[in-house]
Amino acid sequence: MIRMSRIKKVYDTGKVSFEALRGIDLDVKENEYIAIVGPSGSGKSTLMNLMGCLDTPSDGEYLLEGKRVNTLTSNQLADIRNGMIGFVFQAFNLLPYASSYENVELPLLFSGMRGKLRKNRVIEVLNKVGLGDKLANKPTELSGGEMQRVAIARALANDPKLILADEPTGNLDTRSGMEIINIFDELWQSGHTVIVITHDVNIAGRCQRIIKLKDGMIHNGNGDPEK
Amino acid sequence: MSPSILYNVFIRDFRKQRKRMLLTLVAILWGTMSIMLLLAFGEGLKVQFMKGTTGLGQGIVIMWGGQTSMPYKGFGKGRRIHLYEHDLEYLKKNIPAIREIAGEYIRWSVAIKYKDKVLTERINGVYPPYRFMRNMEPQSGGRMVNNIDIDKKRRVAFLGDGAKERLFGQEEAVGKTIYIQSLPFKVVGVMQHKVQMNSYQGQDEDVIIIPATTFVTIFGDPYLDNIIYTPVSLDDTKAVEKEVMRFMAAKHKFNPEDDDALSFWDVIESNRVTGTILLGIEIFLGVIGALTLLIAGVGVANIMYVSIKERTREIGVKMAMGARKIYIVVQFLLEALSITFLGGFFGMAFTYIMTETFKRIPIESSVFDLMGKPTVSMEIGLLVILILGFTGLLSGFFPALRAASVNPVDALRYE
Repeated sequence: MIRMSRIKKVYDTGKVSFEALRGIDLDVKENEYIAIVGPSGSGKSTLMNLMGCLDTPSDGEYLLEGKRVNTLTSNQLADIRNGMIGFVFQAFNLLPYASSYENVELPLLFSGMRGKLRKNRVIEVLNKVGLGDKLANKPTELSGGEMQRVAIARALANDPKLILADEPTGNLDTRSGMEIINIFDELWQSGHTVIVITHDVNIAGRCQRIIKLKDGMIHNGNGDPEK
Repeated sequence: MSPSILYNVFIRDFRKQRKRMLLTLVAILWGTMSIMLLLAFGEGLKVQFMKGTTGLGQGIVIMWGGQTSMPYKGFGKGRRIHLYEHDLEYLKKNIPAIREIAGEYIRWSVAIKYKDKVLTERINGVYPPYRFMRNMEPQSGGRMVNNIDIDKKRRVAFLGDGAKERLFGQEEAVGKTIYIQSLPFKVVGVMQHKVQMNSYQGQDEDVIIIPATTFVTIFGDPYLDNIIYTPVSLDDTKAVEKEVMRFMAAKHKFNPEDDDALSFWDVIESNRVTGTILLGIEIFLGVIGALTLLIAGVGVANIMYVSIKERTREIGVKMAMGARKIYIVVQFLLEALSITFLGGFFGMAFTYIMTETFKRIPIESSVFDLMGKPTVSMEIGLLVILILGFTGLLSGFFPALRAASVNPVDALRYE
C-alpha cells in the first residue's frame, strides 16, 4: 500500500536548513497495524505528514496505492486526503463552533455526498464510536475521550483505507485512552490499515509492528511488539 | 465544485461568526448610506436647480438696448439704442437660425385695485409665445394671453401666483375684474407656481401680464424693453448672437463690434454653466461617499485578514479533511462579498426610507425649496452596486489568496 524509498525532507527557513528525514525506506502492506515510536525531533510527525499527503518529500519517491505522490497536483492530493486517508490528531482539531454532527459531516461535504445519504453516513459513523446520542453537542460540551471519538468518526466518514493517528491518546486520561485504543483495534480488525504515532507502550504493544525512528532515520523497521 | 458543498460549508461557517459579521456589516451599511444619501441629495439639488434655471425660461436669449460706445458713420458715441416692434419682424425674416422671437414691455409700480385692496405691482405687456419661452403655465381653469387678445387689444390679465395671492388671497381670481390704473381688466388665468432661480426683472410670480397691444394703448410706450428669442439649435448660440448684432447694427446704424450698443443674456449658456457646476458638485459628493465606502471596504479586508489568522487552524483541518484550495478561497471571497452586499442592501433600504421620509416632511421654507427632493435614481443605485461589488471583491480577494497559501502542516501546528 505504501512504498517509500530514500525519502528525505528538508525544512529550509532561509538561514538554516534542517533535515527532518534523512532517507527513509519503508513498505506498508494493506491491513497492517503499525506503531511509529521515537524521541521527539526524530521525524515521526514529518513522516506522518508525508504519508498523509499533507506535505511532499524533498527527495526520494513515495508510492501510495501505486500512485507517485511526488508528481500529484494539490487538488489531487486534496482528493486523496479526502477519500483514502483519515487523520486523528493529538489535539483533536475539531471545529470549535460546530456540533459533532457538523464536524463529522465535513469530509463528506468535500467529497460531495448528497443530502440523505450524507446524513445517514454521519449518524452511522457516530454510532460506531458510541456517540449516537451526542449529535448536536459542540466540542466544549464533550469530554476529551468523546472529542477524540468524534475526531475518529470524522476520520472514518469517507471510509478511508488508511488511518493515520498522531499521538491520539496524548491528551487523554488512561481510561479514555484505552477506549480509543480499542476503537483502533476494531478498525484494524475490520480491514483498515492503521498507523499510530505514540509514546504509549500500551498502544505500541497491540500493534503488529513497531517502527523506531531516530534522527530522521529508521532505527528498527520491523520491531517486534513482544520485545 | 458542486454548489451544495459551497452552500453547506459556507453558510454554516458564516452563521457561526455572527458578531464579527454584524460589525463589518454595519460599516458597509454606513458607507453605503453615506454615498447614497450624498448622491441622493446632490441629485435632488441638481434637479431643483435645473428646474429653477428653467424657471426663467427654456432655450432663450434675452436682449435689451444700450448705449453706443464707439462713434459710427458720423454718429457720436453715447447714443441710446432702442428696440422696436418692427425689429421683431425684421430679425425673424433675416435670421433663419431664430425659431421664435417676442417682445416684452415692462412698467414698474403700477397701481392695481381689486375691491378695496390697492397694490403697486409690475405690469408686463407680452405676446403669446412668451408663455413657452418663460415657462409660464396657467393653472387649470385659466389661460395665458392669446392671439385674439393681441388682435382685439382686450383688457385681460394673467396673474403671477404671488400677485394673485396678495390681491385675492384664497378667493378664486379667474373671471373677476381688477383695475389697472383705474381701467377694468378681466382676470383670465393664474400662473402655476414655479421655482425660479434667476431673473432680470423680479420673480415671475409677482408679475401681472397683459397683451402687448393693450399695454401700448394704455401706457403709450414707444419701444420694447426686451426682445426674447429662441435659437433653432442650442449648440451655437454665440453665432446667432453675432448675426443678431450684425443685422441690428445695420438697421440701427451702430458699429457691429460695439458690445455696449446691445446687451444679451444667453440663458442657454448660463444654464449650461450651472449644469456643469452641479455635475461637479455631484461628482464631489460622490467621491466623498465612495471614499467612505472604500474605508468600510478596507475594514472588511482587515477583518477578513484577522479572521484568517484566527482561523488558520480551521483552514488546516479543512485541508487535511480534503478541502481543495479553491473551496477555501471561495469561502473567504464569498464571506467578504456577502458582508458587502448584505450591508449594501440594508444601507440602500435605510437610504430609501430616509429620503422618502424627508420628502414627506411638510415644511414650507425656501431652504427646503432649494434642496428639492432627494432622489435615489437608478443610476445612483447601479453605481453604488458597482462600487460595492468592487469593494467586496477587493476586500475578499487578497485575504482569500492568503488563506489559500496556508500550508496545511503549518496550519495544523498553529496555536
